[in-house]
Amino acid sequence: MPAAIPSDGHGPDILVAGGGLAALCAAIAARRTGASVWLVDAAPDTLRGGNARHGRNLRVAHDGPTAHVPDRYAVTELEADLRRADPGADPQLLHRLAMDSRDVPRWLAAQGVAFQPHAAGALPYSRRTVFLLGGGTAMVNALARTARRLGVRVLHETTVEEVAPGGHAVLRAREGRAEVCARAIVACTGGFQANRPWLRDAFGCAADGFVNRGTPYATGRVLRALLDRGAAPVGHATHAHLVAVDARAPADDGGIVTRADGMAWGLVLDRDGRPVRDATHETGSARYSGWGRRVAACPGGLAHVILDNAGVARLGRRVYAPRTMADTDTLAQTLGVDPARLAATLAREGPAGGPPWHVLSIRPGITFTGLGVRVDPDGRVLDRCGAPVPGLFAAGMIMAPAVLGGRYLSGTALTVCAVFGRRAGEAAARHAHA
Amino acid sequence: MPTPDTMILDEARRQMTVCVVCKYCNGYCDVFRAADRRPALSDADLLFLANLCHHCRNCWYACQYRPPHAFAVALPAALARVRVLSWRRFVGLRPSPGGLAGLALAATLLVPLLAVLLVPAETLFATHRGPGAFHAVIPRDAMVWGAALAILGPVGWVAVAMVRFWRAIGADTSGPQVAAAVPLALRDIVTLRNLSGGGAGCNDRDDAASGARRRAHHLVLWGFLLTVAATLAAAGAHHLLGMRAPYPWISAPVLLGTTGGVALLAGVAALAWIKHRADPAPEAPETRTAEWTLLAVLGAAAASGLALLVLRETAAMGMLLALHLGTVLAFFVTLPFGKMMHAPFRALALLRAAIDRQETARPHARPQDP
Ligand SMILES: Cc1cc2nc3c(=O)[nH]c(=O)nc-3n(C[C@H](O)[C@H](O)[C@H](O)COP(=O)(O)OP(=O)(O)OC[C@H]3O[C@@H](n4cnc5c(N)ncnc54)[C@H](O)[C@@H]3O)c2cc1C
Ligand code: SF4
Ligand code: SF4
Repeated sequence: MPAAIPSDGHGPDILVAGGGLAALCAAIAARRTGASVWLVDAAPDTLRGGNARHGRNLRVAHDGPTAHVPDRYAVTELEADLRRADPGADPQLLHRLAMDSRDVPRWLAAQGVAFQPHAAGALPYSRRTVFLLGGGTAMVNALARTARRLGVRVLHETTVEEVAPGGHAVLRAREGRAEVCARAIVACTGGFQANRPWLRDAFGCAADGFVNRGTPYATGRVLRALLDRGAAPVGHATHAHLVAVDARAPADDGGIVTRADGMAWGLVLDRDGRPVRDATHETGSARYSGWGRRVAACPGGLAHVILDNAGVARLGRRVYAPRTMADTDTLAQTLGVDPARLAATLAREGPAGGPPWHVLSIRPGITFTGLGVRVDPDGRVLDRCGAPVPGLFAAGMIMAPAVLGGRYLSGTALTVCAVFGRRAGEAAARHAHA
Repeated sequence: MPTPDTMILDEARRQMTVCVVCKYCNGYCDVFRAADRRPALSDADLLFLANLCHHCRNCWYACQYRPPHAFAVALPAALARVRVLSWRRFVGLRPSPGGLAGLALAATLLVPLLAVLLVPAETLFATHRGPGAFHAVIPRDAMVWGAALAILGPVGWVAVAMVRFWRAIGADTSGPQVAAAVPLALRDIVTLRNLSGGGAGCNDRDDAASGARRRAHHLVLWGFLLTVAATLAAAGAHHLLGMRAPYPWISAPVLLGTTGGVALLAGVAALAWIKHRADPAPEAPETRTAEWTLLAVLGAAAASGLALLVLRETAAMGMLLALHLGTVLAFFVTLPFGKMMHAPFRALALLRAAIDRQETARPHARPQDP
């Protein structure tokens, strides 16, 4: 049920655009200062939380072991890791991110979020990240409950169509369109990974093969509005976090389980039967994004992982079972490539144990896009001269390219959302009260 | 043609497969790690996992794939269906939910009916005082033989079902393994560790964390055990001390029975309240009648027992005694066919899981950061 847009002419102190982790943190932080807050989310209540629904862990610095994270991960170490991953990162934002990450578990816990104790033994060892008990959806449930309890007015199925300096916004719900004047707007609407035309602009025809791993509501509409209103861009539209996903994954919101694996111990062929090689031999979570980029570069954004019996056994249980072909001819027929050439390629580079062959077709799955707006450490949107645009703030993936523009480190996206969501919410409330 | 059973199992397997890949809920309970160790997810694996599930509902609210998502993961309901299926399969028989409720009601009313028919009205509705008063209404032999028949039959049946279930889920374990795991399993049973949501509490009514259902279940469990203890104490008093029921207020049977009855009644009332107020979305609707039936039988047994205690020196005693015995009969005749089967099967599932845990108790390696 879309809540009707209140039409009494009085906007809130703070209008938070979006409904993901950044938006929830901004709304709660602003509301806790006493400001009146609306949280305006294009998604219905059943799909609330944006991509945070699909997240699992957050990267945080800490000076010693806690119930939720072992050993130690110093602020300086996190800062150095981030800088190495993205040498072009905004140093001020990066420092704030590393410093404030320490307080993220405590602050989120105070808003009702539960973390998973590592001693219970169900988690892989990780001294750099804390894990959400029950994953991101449980976090979203807790934050949404807290926001409502504090009196944040939550409007679902309502799209922010325009934002303008001074805190003006245009909202659209099923009932119609309304102009709202807030004292400040915090834009937390994420990237544009659900916007097909924009993806095609940025990535060419390859974009047609992309799978959006998360929320179908990340259209980038507010990002575009901010850029059109003079906000300074950061990052590039052609950058994105990609991982290889099963080609059968749903077009949106497939989340974590569609992620493909097995590339390292099988042979990867492109649409035309040519081998796709991994020169980096990355391991750990980097291997997923490496393959995302490689598949995106393949013609048609499609590739096939060919495994033998041993490879399938290593693969373990998958949501999408591999397709099995009794012989090389059937495989060639299925892939639509020349049988003789395929046989030669397999003999030369294929896994030794086939046939039978097992095939997993893969596509690039997009996690978030790499174009954003420039902000200061309080989330104030900056114009091209570096001056704050009055009344406009931004947090989350909409500004993250300033710090996560390079190689992605697991768990950093949610930390950016929590740190800068909270900071922007508090700063926007200060602005509104001033 | 797939049978309803294979459809239920296949659907649970489909959902559990998503969970085995996802793993996000593995902090809530033992189900997910147990599933991790059984990636094949055979039918027997699912029967085991379903009985290990304590139905805390956390993994419904936490699920990124719950309906309307295309993956439609609704694990608490899927496992609830498999649980019922497992009880039917190993017990060999399961009446329809309506039949079960009817059986409970019929058994409850049977004893009062027999009392009215067989016991002369001037005895049944008289006031009896002092030792032996109960047996003045219902002869002791009738009570003992009736109880023996009513109890031994169903309990034996359950025991056979347990053996069959264990053969399905624990055939690969050894005696020493079982012996070593029994203390762990007992601890899990008495603490209801799996109803703690990994420390955060359970989603009893909605997505808010709550400890209410766990506390209520503790009351039921301990209340039930105390009433069992009271019965044993009464038998002891009769045979060893030559005392005759009703026993004085300050005596082991009465103290145990009163405490147990009050706890049981309070726990049942709390469980019923929680169930009544709970968001039905995570539930499998067809499993609900059997749950209500068990709550009704336990509640009626506790309430009639307490009423009997309070009114035992009045003319109502005769019928109350008959009614109480009727509720106890209802408990036992429905035992193998109703929701009560969750207790023995869960105990075995916890034992199996404890054996697994011991096998992996080695300190674990340090893989790459995820
Ligand atoms: C499968 C998957 C797993 C992930 N795992 C992790 C992880 O373990 N750790 C980690 O740190 N990160 C992870 N991430 C990344 C992380 O989840 C996201 O980067 C983060 O949640 C982004 O949050 P956000 O608040 O910036 O915006 P988003 O979550 O992108 O949300 C955008 C929000 O804005 C709303 N919106 C969009 N446009 C409008 C509009 N015009 N008007 C109103 N509302 C609008 C949307 O409905 C949505 O609520 C994962 C991502 C995916 C897809
Ligand atoms: S219930 Fe949902 S979120 Fe939880 S482990 Fe299963 S698929 Fe993942
Ligand atoms: S309902 Fe609770 S106990 Fe059952 S599988 Fe889900 S989290 Fe585990």
